[in-house]
Amino acid sequence: MIPHAAIGDAGTTIANKTGSWRIFIPVYHAELCNGCGTCETFCPEGIVHKRVDGDTFTADYDYCKGCGICARECPKGAIEMILEEK
Amino acid sequence: MTGKLESGRKVVEGSYAVAHAAAMCRPDVISAYPITPQTHIVEDLSQFVADGVIDSKYINVESEFSALSALVGSSAAGARTYSATTSQGLALMHEVLFNAAGMRLPIVMTIVNRSMSAPINIWNDHQDSVAQRDTGWIQLYIEDAQELVDATVQAYMIAEDRDVSLPVMVCMDGFILSHVFEPVDLLDQEAVDKFLPRFTPVRALDPNNPESFGMFVDPEYYMEFRYLVEQAMDASRPKIEDAARKFESAFGRYYGGLIDTYETDDAEIILVAMGSLIGTLRDVVDDLRSKGVPVGLLKIRSFRPFPADEIKKVIADAKVVAVLDKNISLGTGEGAVTTEIKACMHNTDIRVPVLGFVVGLGGRDIPVTTVQRIVEKAQDVARRGTGAGASEFVDVKQDLISG
Repeated sequence: MIPHAAIGDAGTTIANKTGSWRIFIPVYHAELCNGCGTCETFCPEGIVHKRVDGDTFTADYDYCKGCGICARECPKGAIEMILEEK
Repeated sequence: MTGKLESGRKVVEGSYAVAHAAAMCRPDVISAYPITPQTHIVEDLSQFVADGVIDSKYINVESEFSALSALVGSSAAGARTYSATTSQGLALMHEVLFNAAGMRLPIVMTIVNRSMSAPINIWNDHQDSVAQRDTGWIQLYIEDAQELVDATVQAYMIAEDRDVSLPVMVCMDGFILSHVFEPVDLLDQEAVDKFLPRFTPVRALDPNNPESFGMFVDPEYYMEFRYLVEQAMDASRPKIEDAARKFESAFGRYYGGLIDTYETDDAEIILVAMGSLIGTLRDVVDDLRSKGVPVGLLKIRSFRPFPADEIKKVIADAKVVAVLDKNISLGTGEGAVTTEIKACMHNTDIRVPVLGFVVGLGGRDIPVTTVQRIVEKAQDVARRGTGAGASEFVDVKQDLISG
């Protein structure tokens, strides 16, 4: 049975892994990264995070849609957009 | 002014009467953007809030799109909500209108009917709200200032009924009703509190029990949600009647439920219209009846849901129906009410000629003499039993458009 309106559990966007929408994948080159966090600030999905093992950044590829904003904004040119083969 | 709002019979502006009625319904959240001829309603309400006579939250916004969006959020959180707009403002809300209905949010909004640009014009016709007829909002069209007061309270009762849970537009004619001063019985707070139950939403946003409202729905489920909105519209039919009758029991006034009729029982000619024009038509019917013309009047109070069954019952034995539309569905050659009156007889045994008349666009006056000419045309068709042709634009100035 569906409810009277489209109302459902919160947080279902976690289950819906939107990374499959991606055509270009951002590759984060840690050796060029200065840890400024511009990529994290600009990511419209909020899925760029600091790496667990250091002060550089990377994206959560389960949800990254490949928009390329992080690569465009990175002041060090440390993020490269590459056509993703699936 | 501080303290509570005065009740009882006063001579007030139509806009004040609406603002007062909305205030008596204790909306938790009001959000609106001023636009002629709706402005006085929202000015009065913001004054009430500023004076502390009502404790609604008034959200100032930068556009009508935001005004209704603010109410979508508020209503989803369980607030009773109110707005008012007109014309271009209503058009700017178009996208949000679908969302409010699809999310089943019982927002009540006064529409102060005004023409649509271009050309820009601030006067009355019904084009703005008639153009929103497929959005899933219930639409009530109101005859005078007192009915506006009473229908505003009824609107919350209808909208918030859990079988309905749909938004309602209470439509009033711009300037004709919004700027007229009339004696009006302003409602008493205690009486309204007794009449109108507190709003208990079917579901509400709650931080302690997070849910997503207005979610993405794929082709597997979308049609079912649209079907549920249509079912809710259908469920609202008896509720609109009930609200009108309950109001009558409590306050002694009744203006019809889905429709109202006047002198239709033995009428050969039935005039159909919505809004303040009904007042003029009542006078015309009285005058013609005194001269022995068998004419009656059908007021469509609820345009959505469209009361096809009730209309058919009234017109079944008439010889001709003349519809006065203050709107034009461009490309069909007629107003929307004409089309729908014709359609409601299709696939039935009822065969009554329907004459369509597009009248009063952009505030063009509709004098008694114009209505008399319409009745004469209807009489002619009734006599001949044929001759109901295409709908016509009434009182068009031919010298301005040809030659």
